Amino acid sequence: MRPPQRPPAPPAARALLAALLLPALASAAPTTLPPAATTAAAPHRVPDTLAQRLQPCMACHGAEGRASRDGYLPRIAGKPAGYLYQQLLNFRDGRRSNATMAGFLAHQTDAYLYEMAQHFAALELPHAPPPPARADAAQLARGERLARQGDPVRRLPACTACHGQTLAGALPTVPGLLGLPRDYLVGQLGAWRTGMRRAIAPDCMADLARRMSPEDASAVAAWLAARPVPAGARPEPALPQPTPLPCGAVQTPAPIPSAAQPARPAPGAGR
Amino acid sequence: MSRRLRLLGGALAVLAALTALLAWLNLRGEPPLEPDPPATSAATSAATAPDAATLQRGAYLARAGNCAACHTAPGGAAYAGGRALATPFGTVYAGNLTPDADTGLGRWSAAEFRRALQHGRGRDGRLLVPAFPYTHFTLVSRADADALWAHLRQLPPVRQATPPHALRWPYGTQPALAVWRALYFRPGRFEPDPRRDAAWNRGAYLVEGLGHCAACHGGRDALGGGGRLGGGGTPLAIDRWVAPPLTDPGAAGARLQDLDDWVRLLQTGQTDRAAVQGPMAEVVAGSTQHLHPADLRAMGVYLRSHLAPPAGPARLPARDADALARGARLYTRHCADCHGAQGQGAAGAYPALAGNPTVTMADPRNLLRAITAGGFAPGTAGNPRPYGMPAFDLPHADLAALATWLRAAWGHDAPPVGEVQVLLAR
Repeated sequence: MRPPQRPPAPPAARALLAALLLPALASAAPTTLPPAATTAAAPHRVPDTLAQRLQPCMACHGAEGRASRDGYLPRIAGKPAGYLYQQLLNFRDGRRSNATMAGFLAHQTDAYLYEMAQHFAALELPHAPPPPARADAAQLARGERLARQGDPVRRLPACTACHGQTLAGALPTVPGLLGLPRDYLVGQLGAWRTGMRRAIAPDCMADLARRMSPEDASAVAAWLAARPVPAGARPEPALPQPTPLPCGAVQTPAPIPSAAQPARPAPGAGR
Repeated sequence: MSRRLRLLGGALAVLAALTALLAWLNLRGEPPLEPDPPATSAATSAATAPDAATLQRGAYLARAGNCAACHTAPGGAAYAGGRALATPFGTVYAGNLTPDADTGLGRWSAAEFRRALQHGRGRDGRLLVPAFPYTHFTLVSRADADALWAHLRQLPPVRQATPPHALRWPYGTQPALAVWRALYFRPGRFEPDPRRDAAWNRGAYLVEGLGHCAACHGGRDALGGGGRLGGGGTPLAIDRWVAPPLTDPGAAGARLQDLDDWVRLLQTGQTDRAAVQGPMAEVVAGSTQHLHPADLRAMGVYLRSHLAPPAGPARLPARDADALARGARLYTRHCADCHGAQGQGAAGAYPALAGNPTVTMADPRNLLRAITAGGFAPGTAGNPRPYGMPAFDLPHADLAALATWLRAAWGHDAPPVGEVQVLLAR
């Protein structure tokens, strides 16, 4: 296939060509097209900030670190950096499945992913009020009971056992559960059940999600999504108690990369 | 003898001759497998252990071939295989190259490895699928094959069985592979061209051999044959990105005009004129960023000698004035903040679009993909924190108008893009 580009023509030939072509173009396209730069265009500069570098993230995770009040995509602003970093690694390395995230992160270094995580963890943005609950009172009561007390029959611990009494998460790797869309929460519990979302083994959330019935998942997601986020809610500085289940993501969080360290194990340096 | 028997005899003879031809075409140029060296005692194995320089060269050559890219599953152990590669003929799973005895290359001899690399046969002599580019690796010298082998031998063994290929019948069968080889495989080591200088020959060795650039950038025919520079055929498309022809001065070949810029692009993944995206980002991240600048330049020197003459002026279909006006508005709204009002780009952050061959090349698919996929250039030692581009999920008509305008602005004169092309590219 040959491109229709012309060879670099001398200026005289180019002018002649333009003179010949212009009438045809002018009749078809009266719009004035910006001309070829005869001299170099004025340099264009952009801010040297992470916010500028990470523009693509904002398209889905919103100018406030979330997409929309009731969309599918989760708010990431203010989640613990350790949690966000693990998720970035999980998307890049195929333990979570999302084509856009995988494509964006495929060839980024651990150090850059950690910088991204820190950037979004440090964003302090106001939360919008939650959307009206899409569940009846009985479902919401069931959801609240699961979240606060768990279910001994199914061997389900309470969400608060790890995610904190205020459900705002705990440093360094446990995310908050409030301010997230219901569909996102249901989607994650489903993805854990089917193995589409995985974490470092032992994968406690996968174990829990498999113990929950679809009704359990639906009820707890509806209740969580309908809870307002308390003003000033921040992740707790540490887990209040040891996790009720063995939990790889908590017990062996990914090591923090040093800025100079390349992402992938380098099997060979230069010759 | 009856007529029927004579016919049968004739048919059998023709069949036998064809089989013999096929066997000959498959075996020509292949030396008999060297016997394994006698079992080594600790003392002799220490004496024949590869030295540090060989190991380092092997590691470098593995980078040049980007072996780890295919032979590593996402998030998996390096070189332990298992990555699924989609082909038009089904899915192929790359093998485990670590020295695990049961699932990797632990029981292989150096000669068996060389035969696999240069002649496309497994340890048991069976034909390997040509998704493994032995059609290129056949050029690799014996010394380099042995250095690669030394590198692979010292990897930590990983026990991980490779799933069997899932190819549609008959593509994965041995007879089909034998026919394919007879049609498309020419074995033979690289011979330097004495009329050319050292850089050209080094570039030729890397581009045609381990680099296997033309595996993607050379077109393929309906049977997956081809993969030669300037060989024609359909450009390979992976994940809806097209590998543009390197011999076309209006496509990827345009990057060869300035060899300093070419080297920088392959080393860092981004220059002021270009950002690497799609499957090439994997090549830069895993391979070219680790190569010596002199080697990258040599590859450019070699490739530049294959540039086709520029095409003559093409007859452009009329551009739609409404589409151009709409495209201009879309550019101002979505693109100008980063790429500049004159398409000049922002140095060190966003590549220029004015004069960018991805914008103007005949096939608009990469332009459309770049707009709709967005993303980051690969993170490399030279550009560890790339600026990203959002994915713009524009309606078909807007995407066509924006692409049409980009291909007409700033002195560009590439053909307009219609909604049907957008629809097919998405």
